[in-house]
Amino acid sequence: MKLVQRVYLREVFSGLGLTARHFFRNMGRHVAHALGRKDARGAVTVQYPEERRPYSPRLRSLHRLVRREDGSPRCVACMMCETVCPARCIYIVAAEHPNPEIEKVCREFTIDLGKCVFCGYCVEACPEDAIRMDTGILEFSSYSREGMIYTKEMLLALEPAGPDGRPGSPVPIPPDRTP
Amino acid sequence: MTATLADVGIALGRVAFVMLFVLNLGGLMTWVERKQSAIMQDRIGANRASIFGFRIMGLLHPLADAIKMLTKEEFYPARADRVLFSLAPFVSVFFALVAFASIPFGDTLRVAGREVPLQALTFNVGILYVFAMLSLGVYGVMMAGWSSANNYALLGGQRAAALMITAEVAIGASIVGVVMVYGSLNMMDIVRAQGALLGGWLPKWGIVTQPLAFVLFLTAGIAATKRIPFDMPEGESEIIGYFVEYSGMKFGLFVMADFLETVVISGMTVSLFLGGWQIPYLEPAGFVFPWDATVALPGLAVSLLQVGAFVLKVVVMIWFLMLIRWTLPRFRYDQAMRLGWLGLFPLSIANIVLTGAALLLWGAR
Repeated sequence: MKLVQRVYLREVFSGLGLTARHFFRNMGRHVAHALGRKDARGAVTVQYPEERRPYSPRLRSLHRLVRREDGSPRCVACMMCETVCPARCIYIVAAEHPNPEIEKVCREFTIDLGKCVFCGYCVEACPEDAIRMDTGILEFSSYSREGMIYTKEMLLALEPAGPDGRPGSPVPIPPDRTP
Repeated sequence: MTATLADVGIALGRVAFVMLFVLNLGGLMTWVERKQSAIMQDRIGANRASIFGFRIMGLLHPLADAIKMLTKEEFYPARADRVLFSLAPFVSVFFALVAFASIPFGDTLRVAGREVPLQALTFNVGILYVFAMLSLGVYGVMMAGWSSANNYALLGGQRAAALMITAEVAIGASIVGVVMVYGSLNMMDIVRAQGALLGGWLPKWGIVTQPLAFVLFLTAGIAATKRIPFDMPEGESEIIGYFVEYSGMKFGLFVMADFLETVVISGMTVSLFLGGWQIPYLEPAGFVFPWDATVALPGLAVSLLQVGAFVLKVVVMIWFLMLIRWTLPRFRYDQAMRLGWLGLFPLSIANIVLTGAALLLWGAR
């Protein structure tokens, strides 16, 4: 090693210069921000619950059941999603549909999100485009396992996310979690 | 003897100022540490603690920390020496607190026929007192390491002792040059002597007359605070250190002691090398600039300016120490020992010789 490197002092000062430069640059931006220049950002931090980054349109978020025009589920209880699901978290109970042109309908469609691995196979497998993962909702934690079970009615009530990825419907709050 | 009561009051006021100054700075440093490191690293830092929705830039976090620490369980290891174990954090904090006492924060104030030295303790050997207190502080750490009945804690205490000896030797030897130049061990005299002008314009601050000693003192001083880059006693990534077994406010006191030591070291650096309470060209009667301009000021305003200058210098110095702490990676144990004994110590001896030769040659005093 050269003597300059062994003395280490020059490297110390170049390091201090780097961090001090960051400090003063960010400090200046913070001050400018406080003085009204709202485009000046002193930090790259995204203040999560209040600020959100836009989600990718490909994001796989909470499932929803797509409705027909009359509001009934498009699901025909073909069991494709239940079969393909690697986590086996979808439970479908089939029933007769009053319309003879539609073979079946789901009487119950339950997803246990505590087991779901968000692989998206159910969406890919569905021949009717009846299940999608485009709600943009990611926060659906619960204090109990029962709170993670989403029924047909809950899944039918969800809307797709907007173009910026923001949820189009309120986040369903499980019964064991008071807001 | 009516004067006695006023004297007691003044003495108490001096002590109270120093105590509150050091304690508040020490408490604020937890906030400074979080926020400054965040700003240096393009982050925002802790800002969530709030009272009635007021966050005031995360300033409530030290308060939240204190409440958390106070309400946590106080855990005693089964085989710990309970007396020493409880005593250790207090010893640590106590010596860090009292060390600041002989650092002057202003020139002697003359009010109503009284002379009030703006210094908690007027001492002829102020420098030695600060050293003594700083080195005694390591006893708390050693006690903690010994009494915890934990091998890692013991290793931490042993490292702290070794580091403290290394740092103290270098600090002591690097200070000798300053003492030689200003000819006194009294902190007040040293600061006053730094008000002189070299060549009529350059303030005779320690950093000008003793640049090498400044670097050596600062390095050894950072080592004495046991913080990164010299945090081998803690060594979070290898041994957790002398406070492994501590919890609650006792742990908080150890952290506090490190912060207080940082305040003391910056106070020392300011007093010895950065002119203490001196403002360049400020004489007791007002500003006297070398270009023959004068601004007359009343005595009280001069004193206030001096105290303000001292506080500002200490705060800037703390900022600088924080900058170092958040920039440099830590030294390994053997690297720190090598730096102390083969780097700082011989250099500070050389500094003494050089200073002596210079004083002999030019006879400057």
